[in-house]
Amino acid sequence: MPSETSRRRFHLTVIYGLGAVISGLLAVPAALYLLLPPRLRKTDDWIDAGDLSKMDFKVPVEVVFRKNRLDGWKLTSEKKTAWVVRQPSKALVAFGPQCTHLGCAYHFEEDTKQFFCPCHNSVFSLDGRVVSGPAPRPLDRYDLKLHNQKLLLGALKESNGASV
Amino acid sequence: MNGGMKERLQAWFDHRTGLETAIKKFLYEDIPASSGWHQVFGSVAAFLFMVQAFTGALLAFNYAPTPGDAYNSLRYILTEVTGGRLMRGLHHWGASMIIVVMVLHMVQVFLYGGYKKPREATWMVGVVLLLLTMAYGLTGYLLPWDNRAYWGTVVATQIGASVPLAGPYLSRLLGSVGDIGVVTFARFYGLHVLLLPPATTILIAMHIYLVRKHGVAPAIEDEGRPTKKFYPEQVFKDTVAIFIAFAILFTLAVAVRVPLERLADPTDTSYIPRPEWYFLFLFQSLKIFNGPLEVVGTVLLPTLAILALMLVPFVDRGRVMRVTQRTFAIAVVLLVGIGWAGLTLAAVRSTPKPSPVAEIDFSQPTDWMQLSPVELAGVGYFRRENCQGCHTIDGSKPRVGPDLAGVGSRHTGAWMMQHFQHPQDMVPGSSMPAIHLATAQLNSLTAFLLKLTPHNAEAVQVAPAFAVDGAMLYQEKFCGSCHQVNGVGMKVGPGLNGVGTRRTAAWLAQNFREPQKMSPGTMMPPYPFPAKDMDNMIGYLLTLPE
Repeated sequence: MPSETSRRRFHLTVIYGLGAVISGLLAVPAALYLLLPPRLRKTDDWIDAGDLSKMDFKVPVEVVFRKNRLDGWKLTSEKKTAWVVRQPSKALVAFGPQCTHLGCAYHFEEDTKQFFCPCHNSVFSLDGRVVSGPAPRPLDRYDLKLHNQKLLLGALKESNGASV
Repeated sequence: MNGGMKERLQAWFDHRTGLETAIKKFLYEDIPASSGWHQVFGSVAAFLFMVQAFTGALLAFNYAPTPGDAYNSLRYILTEVTGGRLMRGLHHWGASMIIVVMVLHMVQVFLYGGYKKPREATWMVGVVLLLLTMAYGLTGYLLPWDNRAYWGTVVATQIGASVPLAGPYLSRLLGSVGDIGVVTFARFYGLHVLLLPPATTILIAMHIYLVRKHGVAPAIEDEGRPTKKFYPEQVFKDTVAIFIAFAILFTLAVAVRVPLERLADPTDTSYIPRPEWYFLFLFQSLKIFNGPLEVVGTVLLPTLAILALMLVPFVDRGRVMRVTQRTFAIAVVLLVGIGWAGLTLAAVRSTPKPSPVAEIDFSQPTDWMQLSPVELAGVGYFRRENCQGCHTIDGSKPRVGPDLAGVGSRHTGAWMMQHFQHPQDMVPGSSMPAIHLATAQLNSLTAFLLKLTPHNAEAVQVAPAFAVDGAMLYQEKFCGSCHQVNGVGMKVGPGLNGVGTRRTAAWLAQNFREPQKMSPGTMMPPYPFPAKDMDNMIGYLLTLPE
């Protein structure tokens, strides 16, 4: 016949053992539920941002386009902006519209031929590099390709390579 | 750390908070010698309530409590969020289980006469807790905002409105004057997540306090026997019971899919609403009391039943007896059980078979609805030719043949057509057999494969058979020569997208048989399909999105 103490020990083992199993079976799925990114369905990758034949790139062009964004369960259509610049190499580059310092909108200065951010006076050259001011890295760029005289813009990539 | 230090810390902590003393006092309660397995149900119910609170809070993290958005966000939880299906499964099945366990708890207390003096208040608080749990069921039923939720709630609120005198006020309170909509939704949501949980928590605390105040009800054989401690022996039994309940709940949540129907459609006149299973007996009792007697079923009997439950301790004031001698109590339980089971069974048996459209499961992706008829028919040929015996289509590890996800970017349609008929000509040494289908059918198969991507593979695989068969028939009969579906087909006849919101299934069937009679002057020839084909065709047409 088992002693009173071993009986008690058995009871305690079962109480805490089963308690731990139940807690684990609730806590682990809960953590996955909250922490793993949702399986996002794909939205259109390349957005038609305009007709090339209607643009000349003597100066940087501020292109406005609409992009569908999947926000959780909601598909929203957002207005997006890009600064499209023809580089000396003739290649087109599309910069994200926000200063890399704190996200203010910068603009093009005709007389200096540079981008200027009015918030903290960051200045960027036409190839996106930081000329002066507190901006920590060059301007972010959109993926860009040309198709049948159409300007197609893709994801906005941070200038250090990460996607925004 | 030495033992002395640990004890000193423990003593300090207990002195400042009193927590250890309180827990010990709670656990080392004296309980009668007769206590045992039959008293585990209260603990299980309390545990299930905590599971509901936990999973409910997690669901709320991804849920938008307004009609329309509610549905979309729930679909998001089910199809996109990791573990979302499990969380909803736990919450859904937990709701049913809590009712079962509470009834078991109540039956046990009733059979043993545990409500007798001085425990009347404990029993009455328990009855209120049962009513609150039913209120959770009623309010939570609406929150998915699918057709089932909407129409079930329409019936429930109309029963409320039919209550003499109080009806109009009840309607206004539930925001259901005339129609149910955003106001009712907000009220139900508010009740379900803001008002009921604290009310339940307080009442559970009160219930447990009363159990402690009066002690666990002793049995007659306990006289003169020494008491036991609640911990660890009874806690052990409670824990084992909780674990069994949790194992059942978890299995249900994983294995049994909780369906989601289509978005609530207030214009759907063909929908047959049914309440949750534990309300079916009430639903059925309304069929017995018609016309002016209806109030007997809607108000009088439920009120009397609740009153009777409340007053049980004041009616049965006899001495405590052995449970085996309480023949009257046993008879009451049996009679109520048989009555409940009979009504529920009658309700289940009288439930007509839902239309195929009502059986589409929106808790999974429904991209197949966006396919054109020719592509959806291709799904049918893909299944009929058992292509998946050799090919995967979701980008997973290939079997005998190559994976077909994204095959459209590797080959043209013309190549595929050639390849179906003469595989070895196109891929020398291929072990694929030639597919013997008519050209139109191979065209369908090609159209489907061109459309297939790793993204929509899962969504395409779940296309219900009736819709696929319907699409195949649609192709076979060249419906697309006159009608347009999802942007494909001619516009001689009316476009068929959203036809389900304009026409009923019966109208469509009649129109297939006698188009001239239903739509005078139409160019449509009659199509007297056999019954099965007719069901598939109409089922398919009703799924077409607007």
